[in-house]
Amino acid sequence: MKAKTAKRPASRAKRRPAKLWQLRLYVTDSTSKSVDAFSNLKKICESRLKGCYRITVIDLVKHPELAKGDQILAVPTVVRRLPQPVRTIIGSLSDTAHLLVGLDLRPAV
Amino acid sequence: MKNKRSKSTAPATTLPKCPTGIQGLDEITGGGFPRGRPTLVCGSAGCGKTLMAAEFLVRGAAQFGEPGVLMAFEETEAELKANVASLGFDLNGLVRRKKIVIDYVHIEPSEIQESGDYDLEGLFVRLSHAIDSIGAKRVVLDTLEALFSSLANEAILRAELRRLFRWLKVKGVTAVITAERGREQFTRHGLEEYVSDCVILLDHRVNDQIATRHLRVVKYRGARHGTNEFPFLIGNEGISVLPITSLGLNHKISRERIATGIPRLDAMLGGRGFFRGSSILLTGTPGTGKTIVAANFAQAAALRGERVLFFSFEESPNQIIRNMHSIGLRLEPLVKRDLLRFHSARPSLYGLEMHLATMFKEIATFKPHVVIVDPITSLMDAGTDSESKGMVTRLIDYLKGGQVTSLFTSLTQGGHALQQSEMAMSSLMDSWLLLQDFEGNGERNRVLYVLKARGMAHSNQIREFLISDRGIDLVDAYIGPSGVLTGSARAAQNSLEKAAILASQQESARRKRELERKREAIERQISGLRSDYESETMELRRVDEQVGTRALTLTTERAASGRLRQADAKVPVSTRGNSRNGKNGKGHQ
Repeated sequence: MKAKTAKRPASRAKRRPAKLWQLRLYVTDSTSKSVDAFSNLKKICESRLKGCYRITVIDLVKHPELAKGDQILAVPTVVRRLPQPVRTIIGSLSDTAHLLVGLDLRPAV
Repeated sequence: MKNKRSKSTAPATTLPKCPTGIQGLDEITGGGFPRGRPTLVCGSAGCGKTLMAAEFLVRGAAQFGEPGVLMAFEETEAELKANVASLGFDLNGLVRRKKIVIDYVHIEPSEIQESGDYDLEGLFVRLSHAIDSIGAKRVVLDTLEALFSSLANEAILRAELRRLFRWLKVKGVTAVITAERGREQFTRHGLEEYVSDCVILLDHRVNDQIATRHLRVVKYRGARHGTNEFPFLIGNEGISVLPITSLGLNHKISRERIATGIPRLDAMLGGRGFFRGSSILLTGTPGTGKTIVAANFAQAAALRGERVLFFSFEESPNQIIRNMHSIGLRLEPLVKRDLLRFHSARPSLYGLEMHLATMFKEIATFKPHVVIVDPITSLMDAGTDSESKGMVTRLIDYLKGGQVTSLFTSLTQGGHALQQSEMAMSSLMDSWLLLQDFEGNGERNRVLYVLKARGMAHSNQIREFLISDRGIDLVDAYIGPSGVLTGSARAAQNSLEKAAILASQQESARRKRELERKREAIERQISGLRSDYESETMELRRVDEQVGTRALTLTTERAASGRLRQADAKVPVSTRGNSRNGKNGKGHQ
């Protein structure tokens, strides 16, 4: 997953409206945290947003200039570009509860 | 004030330094920040951390050919540019010319959700990218501590910061990290733990309602540094830290003498005035004419074509010009020709150090030959005694270093005790004139002494100091058995003396006349006696003649009677002696 990896399942989402979720995952190389983050994110998306999400993985080592745009400091970072507002979740996304809160898929407890 | 001298005197083994270009800071640190290492600049809000960091960067890029990266955590790029533009830094131009990269790092804690493990590799990537894009040698991280409020996991943050500083060292960039001052430690979050090579503490203190910024080098690993608190100011050309100079006592010395503008005073100073580059103290009670002497000095210098800078802390320039006009000094044309420049400020306007810094700046830009501070005492009220003395020392050092002649007036409150309280300052001065007023006979009169004048023969005499619409005149004061007399007393004494002289002149004339009379009388007597004598002589002669005549007559008569008696026909008629013989003979016969 070094380069851009787009996931766009063919089937249409059932629960969610046909709104497309744009997610960006910023990573550096294939560190374990990066790999974990991608798989954790994908798992959640598959279960909750099946068919209406797109994850763009950006490798900052290759594209350091892209870090500025989304104000990336921590790695890995997931940025929810759409739907508005922009949300940011940092970390390996191992904490599913926090991830769901961060993605606004579950209200904060 | 004990600072490192210069790089040249330091042994070759010292750390390589990275000049900041900030006025005075390089002197204190002996050449700048440690090259290739991070330096921590900490201080409370509003003390100039960001500005110092920005100046370090800008000067590096503009003066030393070292491009820099500014990573700002608090201010946006536009804000930063605007802020430093007010100090005359063209950050925009430097950014355009790829000398400086500004990266604004912003994290909104409310928008961030943490989930699981992470690191700050993103920051590293950004920094690394910025550094590599322009080949930066300098890096500024402005208030890195903002991260502590953005990120919840402090353990990760601390580990990452430690890694960051190590990484910066490996990168070989000279970094400046700013941090907010903490309560018990230098920084709120203990950043000094990670940045331990050089720590600079900035401080903004209010003393007697006057705020002054101070800088202190708390720590400089591997290098000597000035440990004092040094005041600094943020002017319109950036930061300047005092002292600007740490020359010590090795100024160049001039033998040239310059006139004071008062010929008689020159005469008191060995005939030629003060030495160029010397410091002159002029003390006096209120209204003794300190400013006038100073203005005279200023005018004389300006008329010689020298630049004169007049710091006035009591009067506005126009007031001085007007007042001096009244005693015949025309300062305005000199101001117009830019030979004389006034700088007026109320002493309470800002702190002592700010004043000093402003003065340094003025001096540096105007490059005067003569500097006048009128009066230094009101300036000293703005600080404590030790501060003031330190300030005057620095000022004198600075001026002497530039061969600038300086004249300080000093207001005393009257009485001789105060002369001593000013000893501290006077010992710094090469020449000391004392203006005093003498009260008596219902008037005050000004007098002037030369208390000291290093390196020249000078008069020990008191002089009366007259101010008229033609300027200053110095007159010998009367010194006699009744003490020092000035003003009308001196005039009265003068007329008394004149009267006395007149009286004695008259007396001697009278005596002369009397003597003449006597001589005449004696002469008359002599001539009387002589005529007596002469008349007696005449008398005697007449008697003699009478006797002769009588004898002749007698002889004649006897001869005649003889003839009558025909007694002796043969008696000679002419022999008188024989007459008696004849008689006798006749008796014998």
